[in-house]
Amino acid sequence: MHKFLIRSFVSSLVLLFTLTVAAVAKDVKAAFVYIGPTGDHGWTYQHDVGRKAVEAAGFKTTYVEGVPESADAERVLRQLANSGHDVIFTTSFGYMNPTNKVAKEFPNVKFEHATGYKREHPNVSTYAARFYEGRTILGTIAGTMTKSNVIGYVASFPIPEVIRGINSFTLAAQKVNPNIKTKIVWAFTWYDPGKEAEAAKALIDQGADVIAQHTDSTAIVQMAEKAGVYAFGQASDMDKFAPKAVLTSVENNWGPYYVDRVKAVANGTWSQKDTWHGIGDGMVVISDLDSQMPADLRSKVKKLQADLASGKVHSFTGPIYDQKGNLMVAEGKTADDGMLAGMMTYVKGVEGDIPK
Amino acid sequence: MIKIVKRDQPSRAIFFFTPVLAIILTLVAGGLIFFILGFKPFEALKFFFIVPIADKYGFSELLLKATPLCLIAIGLSFCFKSNNWNIGAEGQLTFGAIVSGGVALLFYEQEGFYILPTVILAGAIGGMLYASIPAILKTYFNTNEILVSLMLVYVSKLILDYLVVGPWSNPEGFNFPETRQFSDSAKLPLLFEGLRIHAGIFLALAAVVISWFVFYKTYLGFQMKVSGFSLKTAKYAGYKGKKMIILVFLISGACAGLAGVGEITGPIGQLHREISPDYGFTAIIVAFLGRLHPVGIIFASLVVAITYLGAETAQIFMQIPKYTGQVFQGMILFFLLASDYLLFFKIKFIGLKK
Repeated sequence: MHKFLIRSFVSSLVLLFTLTVAAVAKDVKAAFVYIGPTGDHGWTYQHDVGRKAVEAAGFKTTYVEGVPESADAERVLRQLANSGHDVIFTTSFGYMNPTNKVAKEFPNVKFEHATGYKREHPNVSTYAARFYEGRTILGTIAGTMTKSNVIGYVASFPIPEVIRGINSFTLAAQKVNPNIKTKIVWAFTWYDPGKEAEAAKALIDQGADVIAQHTDSTAIVQMAEKAGVYAFGQASDMDKFAPKAVLTSVENNWGPYYVDRVKAVANGTWSQKDTWHGIGDGMVVISDLDSQMPADLRSKVKKLQADLASGKVHSFTGPIYDQKGNLMVAEGKTADDGMLAGMMTYVKGVEGDIPK
Repeated sequence: MIKIVKRDQPSRAIFFFTPVLAIILTLVAGGLIFFILGFKPFEALKFFFIVPIADKYGFSELLLKATPLCLIAIGLSFCFKSNNWNIGAEGQLTFGAIVSGGVALLFYEQEGFYILPTVILAGAIGGMLYASIPAILKTYFNTNEILVSLMLVYVSKLILDYLVVGPWSNPEGFNFPETRQFSDSAKLPLLFEGLRIHAGIFLALAAVVISWFVFYKTYLGFQMKVSGFSLKTAKYAGYKGKKMIILVFLISGACAGLAGVGEITGPIGQLHREISPDYGFTAIIVAFLGRLHPVGIIFASLVVAITYLGAETAQIFMQIPKYTGQVFQGMILFFLLASDYLLFFKIKFIGLKK
């Protein structure tokens, strides 16, 4: 009898302990909402690579692809929040208002919105990458490799993110080759292989022999391959789609951030943040440099990459002038994040006007 | 032995039975596709068609989704019944949303009872204006309304792009392609706290009742029916064809415009580039699945609305690619068109006589 009591006491203690441990190490589930298909080899593809890193770190994940930025986004978010997900990553700008709206209703669920600026509730964080640092590298390569001194650039929408990229690219190209001009074609889309290919073709017809892009499909590098000009991959390493044309790619590397944030949710240390990481933090990655680039250019690029990572070099270091010749950043100064976040003027050397 | 015999005249019973047959065939084929993809077919179908509407919230979302589909399909049935092929409801929706959104922005940060009716009316007028283009070109210049209305869809989307990127973009919004949020007076009231279903559903129901009355109780409805059967007969009977063509296009445009109003003043609350996941095109499937009958269209809009919701649920819970929703919509139309064969032909089983 006595023995039985002790035994049952011990076993109930063990049971209690297991239950407590189970409660603490609660399974954290993360959800991802994508604007496009996971097979776009661009924006969504890279977010899904990040999601897989979260899975590899031992967490459960769910994703919904092709969610339009219409009234549907809100329903998908609510359904994810309602079905036991602890943290939801919304990976397109257009989800900003639905994210904040649903976050209000689910204060215990964490929301992470990519590329937005609204954090209306304490459970909403925002994150973005300093892609312009990658474009400093691309500009350096483009300015060196061009023979026609005309560089083409397929842009998506005239928002600060894209203008900043064009400027950073042009400044870097001018540094190695003061004679270059950057020609822009606005595609007004993030993903439309047909339109993107047309835009690239138009630029090539105007004499561009290096094409950069701020849209997501592989159509531009493939068009460049056909026309025999150089191009750069966007978002993911696009070398396999156009081995001759692609000199390097700027990869979006979301994995480390995602794992970090999901772990923070699991440990109970998650708090609201506005993250803007670049090459130094590994969110922006430069793919392998193509062997068509001269060896001295390759070593120069490697050094630049290290300097951008350490902060020794800043993409926007003065003196920087706008198209009309007004001083934007004084000599020896660098642009602060506020200026970068609202950048809506071209620097000198970019052709054309920003569409209004 | 099986023999196929031509019917003397289309069967009325079959006319209303084939949509049901099409849905059943879609379910069977869908189950088969899930099976081939390696999912349990019954579980997949359950997550597709039952789970999303199993609770109050899910059901309200179904109604929210069906509202624009029903409204547009009712409008389209006016055109389709009378042999006018308006394929551009998506454009009329977009243009209606542009006009009503513009009016709503005029009333930014203002409150008043007159704002919402003005905004709604503006949307209907916008849709009518846009639908009048293919109608007038057809009646006076003999153009093909299918091409004109379809091409105008892309024009309307480009106009919307231009406005939200440029002159109408939110001044505090870092130039992102979206307008300001509308004031509360410019938004459709919600019917229940915590649900997104809004007063727009009454517009759809009103359209159902009015269309039933027009189709079956008025001279116009009779004219439309005759023109639908035979344009020559209509001409011979002395109907003023041009007037009718323009009228049905205007009705259709108004309905699509109102559907646009419902989206932007309902769940979205602003204008941006993506206000409709192609409701204007999907509503064509709805109109035919509902046999151009107002009551049929109600059921058809609910069925098609589920394919949107089900695709999301199936991806969240079973990792089935979300694009299967579009596959289902395509299959419904395909099977409907295929089973229409039974309207004109019947299959006879001739037994061996002893």
